[in-house]
Amino acid sequence: MNLFDFSDSVGWLMWIPICPLIAGVVLALLKPSGKVSAMVAIAALTVSLGFSLKAFAGTWGHEAHTLTHNFTWIQIAGVNLEFGVVLNSLTGSMLAMVSFIGLLIFIYSASYMSQDERMGRFFCYLSIFMVGMLGLVVANSVLMLFMFWEIVGLASYLLIGFWFHKPSAAAAAKKAFITTRIGDLGFLIGLLWAFKATGTFLFFDGGVGILESSTIAALASNTNVLWGLNGAGVIAVFLFIGAVGKSGQLPLHVWLPDAMEGPTPVSALIHAATMVAAGVFLVARAFPLFLADTAALEIVIWIGGLTALFAALIAIAQYDIKRILAYSTVSQLGLMMVGLGAGGLAIQDGGVSIGMFHLLTHAFFKALLFLGAGSIIHGCGDEQDIRLMGGVFSKMKISSLAYLAGTIALCAFPFTSGYFSKDQILLSAWEANKTVFWISAFASLLTAFYMTRQCCYVFLGKYRGEGHVHESPPLMTVPLVILAVFALLLGYVSEHFYHVLDYLSGVHVHQHNSTVVIISWIIALGGISLGLLVYARAKMGIDDVDPVKRLMTTPYGWLENRLYADELYQLTAFKLWGALAKAISAIEGLIYIMVVVATAIVSMIGQFFSGTIDKKLIDQVSFDGTCKRIYESSQINAFIQNGFLQGYLRIVTAGAVVIGILFLLLAR
Amino acid sequence: MELTLNHFLILSAILFSIGLVGALTRRHIIIMLICLEIMLNAANLNLIAFWHFSPNPELMHGPLFTLFTIAIAATEAALGLALVLAIFRHYQTIDLEQIQGLKE
Repeated sequence: MNLFDFSDSVGWLMWIPICPLIAGVVLALLKPSGKVSAMVAIAALTVSLGFSLKAFAGTWGHEAHTLTHNFTWIQIAGVNLEFGVVLNSLTGSMLAMVSFIGLLIFIYSASYMSQDERMGRFFCYLSIFMVGMLGLVVANSVLMLFMFWEIVGLASYLLIGFWFHKPSAAAAAKKAFITTRIGDLGFLIGLLWAFKATGTFLFFDGGVGILESSTIAALASNTNVLWGLNGAGVIAVFLFIGAVGKSGQLPLHVWLPDAMEGPTPVSALIHAATMVAAGVFLVARAFPLFLADTAALEIVIWIGGLTALFAALIAIAQYDIKRILAYSTVSQLGLMMVGLGAGGLAIQDGGVSIGMFHLLTHAFFKALLFLGAGSIIHGCGDEQDIRLMGGVFSKMKISSLAYLAGTIALCAFPFTSGYFSKDQILLSAWEANKTVFWISAFASLLTAFYMTRQCCYVFLGKYRGEGHVHESPPLMTVPLVILAVFALLLGYVSEHFYHVLDYLSGVHVHQHNSTVVIISWIIALGGISLGLLVYARAKMGIDDVDPVKRLMTTPYGWLENRLYADELYQLTAFKLWGALAKAISAIEGLIYIMVVVATAIVSMIGQFFSGTIDKKLIDQVSFDGTCKRIYESSQINAFIQNGFLQGYLRIVTAGAVVIGILFLLLAR
Repeated sequence: MELTLNHFLILSAILFSIGLVGALTRRHIIIMLICLEIMLNAANLNLIAFWHFSPNPELMHGPLFTLFTIAIAATEAALGLALVLAIFRHYQTIDLEQIQGLKE
């Protein structure tokens, strides 16, 4: 492939993941100081951002175009494993978002991590993370996408467990890795299934790729392959299992809130721009497969809707500022899945833009919220419990205003970016499935409620913690302000984005439904007012009981315990594995005993042989005999080799004389 | 009596024999070195004699060879004496009977 052809081919897209890869390798090998590492990583990502913007500009206005550049990676037994890059509107927007937010987070981290002595390593990991994410976005091969997907998984493990000396962080890293791995297994099955069914790994390949209409039609004609799904739906559902793991959907959401153990910029990166977006992006990328089977789309919207509600409920009863945001992320990801599924059901060809646009707006305001939370945590002396905050607003004006901007965007307050994207999700859900619509609407109401609750805890009243609250340095607040602007104003280009992102149909039917608009206004304003009503005057100290808890003690207790998802796994999966492990251990013991008995029998037979053949023939005749000969012959050599210099000289002379005599005799 | 090639060859043979016997029998390392030099010079004498009695002595092969050999002999002597010094420092003797390190 030609990396340096910037005009016709799109091979240069590979530079986007390669730049941070170079930075990561340089940081890993040269181990420069923290500041230098930050500069190297930021510089590399800036170059990637440049290329990403070039890609984005190329797709703007060319929504129906899909440019690819494929090459053969390896050839095994006549099968070509092909890799490639693809540029269409989905790639372009995603690249621009990922590298832009990534860059802001890198800059923020340069300040946030400046006290950490392993800062260089941190930036190395961050760069590797970006390699995985950007590579995943440009990949035109499902195998290549999977490989970068796994790089993202590895980097997330390293970053969540960055402060591995904390046992909780080490455990969270393991949990994230193992939980997503369960989803990855589904992904792996899906991609192998796709390869078996189509004979190619490529998404787009001049008419014969997995996602192209003729292939999809051929797959879909194969009805009732598994569980009543058709050939395309099966692949779609297995890929969706991968997305469930990565994007923290039910029932594999448990890793995501625990992932808060990592440094805060990592949380922002994982929860906004990269890792969780990867799952949604996978569904969006493979969307033609989902479109071919409505059953697959139904699975997507139900999982998404239930996740949205489940996580929003739990978020009400959390006290850790980052954990609330984590559950909010899970909930929003659920909404994105609803958007994708419902879009596919309601607008036959072009649902992908609805989920994707919410992914983009969410990336901005969630990155803003996490970075803002990081700034507040930093300012409050590394305290994460919202009961020990309060009155932060007057002391950290910039961070607080930015945080509030993110909050109203997340609550879908009218005319912020979240309003535009969530509105479309609710609209398509209304058309696709009324039950899921009401579930999503209730989840959105809860979102507005718990975000207001959190803001009341953090910003109102008096400071309840110890020490002195201070504003963060400009290196941290500037990214916040930039993100806040995007979080508030991104909605005004929503029409363009819907148009651009709809690469499948090329034309997006923008619907209006005044009932849904009114409901979404009620949700946002109602949730916020309800939150203010309950929490504006409440006592919020660490010993005080939460006002909602006072009303409903028992259900609130369930929510505080995160609806016992972890405990459920403890009782089911862990017990099951435990029993399985014991069974395997018993089988192993049996095999071990059998091996011991067999060895004993063999050694008894061996005993017999050793007595006769071994001792007599091999030992005495062969081995000892040979040794004796060698010893005897060396005696002769030892006589000559006496170390007496003139002795050697005599032998030389004797030799010369003998040669001389021979010479004389032969010359005659 | 006229000197012929044979006279020189006999003298050279005698010199070589003296050197060889000395080198083989004397236990003093420096004497041994001197004997080696005698043998070398016996060879030089041969070269000069053969040149002198050759059919065309105007070609300067013989002296050329000899000068070359003498130069090499000089460097060899220097090297040999340096080795003798090193051996003496190491063993505190130059008696060849007691220097038996080659045995190992």
